[in-house]
Amino acid sequence: MYLEVKKLTKRFGGLVAVKEVDYSIEKGKINAIIGPNGAGKSTFFNLISGMLKPTSGQIQFKGQDITGLPANKIAKLGISRTFQTTTLFERATVFENVVVGYRLRTKTNLFDAIFHTPRFKREEEESKEKAMEVLQFTGLMDVADQVVANISQEEKKRTAFALALATDPELVFLDEPTAGINPEETDQLSQLIVDMANKGITVCLIEHKMQMIMQLAENIMVLNYGEKIAEGTPQEIQNNEQVIKAYLGGSVSA
Amino acid sequence: MIFSNKRIIIPLLIVVALLFPFIVPNQYYIYIMTLSFIWIIAVYGLNIVAGYTGYLSLAHAGFFAIGAYSMGILTTKVEMGFWLAFILSPIITMIIGLFIGLFALRTKEHFFAIYTLCVGYIIYLVIDKWESLTGGVRGLIGIPPLPNIGPIELSDPIYRYYFVLLILLLSIFVIYRIINSLVGRTFTAIRNSENLALALGISTTVNKLLAFVLSTFFAGLAGVLYAVFIRFLGPEISSTIIMFDLLTFLIVGGIGTFAGPVVGTLLIVWVSQSLQFLEEYRMLVFGPILTLMIIFSPYGIVGLFKNISAKRKVKKVKVPIETEKGA
Repeated sequence: MYLEVKKLTKRFGGLVAVKEVDYSIEKGKINAIIGPNGAGKSTFFNLISGMLKPTSGQIQFKGQDITGLPANKIAKLGISRTFQTTTLFERATVFENVVVGYRLRTKTNLFDAIFHTPRFKREEEESKEKAMEVLQFTGLMDVADQVVANISQEEKKRTAFALALATDPELVFLDEPTAGINPEETDQLSQLIVDMANKGITVCLIEHKMQMIMQLAENIMVLNYGEKIAEGTPQEIQNNEQVIKAYLGGSVSA
Repeated sequence: MIFSNKRIIIPLLIVVALLFPFIVPNQYYIYIMTLSFIWIIAVYGLNIVAGYTGYLSLAHAGFFAIGAYSMGILTTKVEMGFWLAFILSPIITMIIGLFIGLFALRTKEHFFAIYTLCVGYIIYLVIDKWESLTGGVRGLIGIPPLPNIGPIELSDPIYRYYFVLLILLLSIFVIYRIINSLVGRTFTAIRNSENLALALGISTTVNKLLAFVLSTFFAGLAGVLYAVFIRFLGPEISSTIIMFDLLTFLIVGGIGTFAGPVVGTLLIVWVSQSLQFLEEYRMLVFGPILTLMIIFSPYGIVGLFKNISAKRKVKKVKVPIETEKGA
């Protein structure tokens, strides 16, 4: 298994946000996690990406135990993520925002920076090339030298994608990538997610837009009150009684 | 366009700074200018941690004082050679900064500001009460002046002015290179969002400490220059009054902007010179200006200009796109 999660649990005091979830991701596929508000989806992401430490359970990435590793170490292993709210540096340009994404693959230190050593020059160049590469990929070349404060919401989402891609990831977690943008833009971002998968990057996303998820994802997991209630292909999920109940509430026969 | 502007403005400013003693051959003005340069170095230090990394350190006057007192104590009490003490003092400041940073950086935002405010006050108390070492309220006197380097008589105010200017330009150069490198971008990424920085594989702990220690180095360096320039040290140089002076310089100039420390410091120092006649009532002028600044231009005067040029840039770029959509 590429990424394997075993009996993952997170408690916040008396609240169990994620309860004994078993989950696995196959390489190269688009995976989705859905569930009603407060189902523990973001917490689940935070546990895998190292933002939170699990109470119990295990996470393995390519056979290596990564449970409880700090987020920056997990990123170095090739797991990248975006956040629900895009926090970009508004006063800097799109390009300047994205350049730092490659930082984790570089070793430039204070000495290199002050004396402009060959390493500084090489890595500075590499970071810029990487930034251009991901801006090209995400279709942001036109706004590369615009200040982030002046670009559209959809372009900001793309910039966040670009930033995640600049870390050279194998696996990308997208936390509600299309929240707050219109249907047309949602389609464009869906296409970008497909492009990412075609490029060989494994994708896992949280989304509320069902139509989009059903078209995009090959495998869907449904969380409700921190527990996994279903997992399978879009068809399986659409016909699953428990899922319908979780979303619509009340009795299934209704 | 901005680049070509920089290419002209920076050499121009350096030339003006070099010619200043000839343009204004007034001892007192040269003295004020030299002192301003020293403050600018300290403000640059503060800008690294508060401006670029987003951690508002209020212990900065304390580190300034540590640098100054290290120089004072090493030269008067330890009787160390001048230049050795000159190099050691900022390093001592940095080492103390490292230890304080290890604890202070466990806190964030307001808590960090309050914590460092307390640290600054503790530094003040230590200097004030540890009489055997610091001379307490009586102060530390007899700090040697800058010794002559060969034929260059640094005891001369004009040469001293050039010496301080040289250190200032070097500091600005070094900080410029740091900020415009992956190291500097890492600091900005932390200010922007620590969680995002972590997700990008950046060790926030290490980088915050680096920024903090760097900032104490420049505070210490400014302190050393102050010690050999004024040649008398009292505990009040570590007081919150100095701290808030530094912060005012930074905020008015533009926190987190590169030119901010120069603009803010020079402007306020010269404006307050011309408002001397108002004595303490000067604050009646500065208070409202500072408040208005924070409300209407949180990134100071430099930020204001940057905004204007950014808006111009948008107008130029956006027009063709809009017509395209319309068609």
